[in-house]
Amino acid sequence: MDAISFGQIEDLFGSPLKLPSLIDELPIGIAILDPQRRVLLLNRAYEELSGFDREAVWGIPCRYVLRTNICQQKCLAAQAHESRGPVTVEGNIINGARRKIAVRLTAVPLYDDAGNEVGFLETAEDIQALQQVSNNIHPKDGIGRIIGQSARMEELFRIIPVIAQTDSSILITGETGTGKDLTAEVIHQASDRLNGPFVKINCGTLPETLMESELFGHRKGAFTGAVSDKMGRLRTAHNGTLYLTEIGDLSLPLQVKLLTFLDDKVVYPLGSTKGFQAEVRVIAATHRNLEKMVQESLFRQDLLFRLNVVRLHLPPIRERGGDIGLLLDHFLKTFSARFEKTPKSLTQPARNFLLNYPYPGNVRELKNITEYATNICPSDVIGMDHLPAYLSEAGIAENGYDKRNGHAPLLPSKYNGREQNTGINWAAIERQLIIDTMIQANGHRSKAARSLGWGRSTLWRKMKKYGLET
Amino acid sequence: MTISQKILITLYNNDVAPRFDLTTEVLISSSPGRDGSVDENKTIVLAHESTEDLCQLILSEEVDVVICGGIEETFFEYLSWKRVKVLDSVAGPWERALDRVRAGRLEAGAILFDRKERKSHV
Repeated sequence: MDAISFGQIEDLFGSPLKLPSLIDELPIGIAILDPQRRVLLLNRAYEELSGFDREAVWGIPCRYVLRTNICQQKCLAAQAHESRGPVTVEGNIINGARRKIAVRLTAVPLYDDAGNEVGFLETAEDIQALQQVSNNIHPKDGIGRIIGQSARMEELFRIIPVIAQTDSSILITGETGTGKDLTAEVIHQASDRLNGPFVKINCGTLPETLMESELFGHRKGAFTGAVSDKMGRLRTAHNGTLYLTEIGDLSLPLQVKLLTFLDDKVVYPLGSTKGFQAEVRVIAATHRNLEKMVQESLFRQDLLFRLNVVRLHLPPIRERGGDIGLLLDHFLKTFSARFEKTPKSLTQPARNFLLNYPYPGNVRELKNITEYATNICPSDVIGMDHLPAYLSEAGIAENGYDKRNGHAPLLPSKYNGREQNTGINWAAIERQLIIDTMIQANGHRSKAARSLGWGRSTLWRKMKKYGLET
Repeated sequence: MTISQKILITLYNNDVAPRFDLTTEVLISSSPGRDGSVDENKTIVLAHESTEDLCQLILSEEVDVVICGGIEETFFEYLSWKRVKVLDSVAGPWERALDRVRAGRLEAGAILFDRKERKSHV
């Protein structure tokens, strides 16, 4: 007998109802514990927050499910037992996906008709998004964390709140680094699903078989290596927003399965005939031309129609006029504060260069350049020699480029892994490449190694060679 | 078959600690044959909770396998990069976890607690 089949509620409604059915639709995590604080029942929101399946964790101490920092200080349920009433605290958890999330927890003792304590009810609420909203710099120009003053961005800011309030599927297009991820988050935070999960899936990162399991989940034994049940990401997005980035990289078979889910709103884990309802709002993003991919039979037209109910196109930064200066000043201020340095300014040549550089990597590239320069510059004024070496290597800084045709100059071939016979400059270039990649990977060496196409030990050896290992 | 390796288990009383970053006590177990030593368990009490200090301890003790509860991705990746096998989200008595890992039968996410019988509610 599984947890779903017990917890019958009689006499409340005209016919009996199972307790899980009652609490599964609530957007807040609920756990029912026995007097020894072992798990009796979790609702779906608690499963999504913790990353654990209720069947798998039935009967174990609750501190192994939510894994809060409160548990090891003083158990919340124990506090509720002593106070004989509700106790609420804020803390953090580490969920099944190894993410630390800020939460608000409440524990309440439960008593039978005779006044005997029979267990506890615990609620858990993800307050991470609320904390991020209150901690954000709120620029006077922009929406959420998106900054801009140009006409094209103003138009975007006008329509985002409107479409956020609908539940329509959205397709966000734009070059790499234009802010598609940030836009999706802002839409979620402006929507009625703010209190629900925001689940991001990069469709280009995993092989097809692993991606299917990641999206839809699997039952234990569904394939070699499936040692336990896994809740797929689609199910964890229930009552929230599902953000599919790099949707153009999804394989055709998975496009079919995704389309079926979007129509039925039912998730069938691999190896299971039992489906689960998942009510989600879908936002997809791509830098590819999906219409062209449809013509080339690489993307399903019916899926494109399904995703393209609302289309948002983010312009490249070189088409955003004065926004480059606005973003530059914002990033200078942000990184100066983050690195606890005196606020930086720019020499006129450096500012002119950065205002006129076309940024093939768009906002992300501008952000990386500013972060690097702020970190490297020992004084309060950033000059040309504090900018990343790849900008000077291709002669961009000295010779400029032609903005009239709108084409960005080629990035140095080191980013394509081809070694150049640049004599004494190669070591400096390689060192800079490692620094740039580590910044982009947020210090994750495994990710940086993968990005560079190197093994981890190769990266470690080169970092040691250039004195970068600490 | 017993696998020869050095194992660190984060402790919370008699169980695996639910959180790696909040650990203040660890058990280090050296299995027979390693460096010619006999089977040995030692418990180390940490001065304070510190993920960085704990990672440093793991590396300085040349631990092969870490058994723990929840751990953040950053530290999981770091230890993995340092060739330490991390079996995380393990829940249950540490002795049971140690026996299983020695026998090569412990996986990440293993739940080793005894569970009570479920009552049937009609």
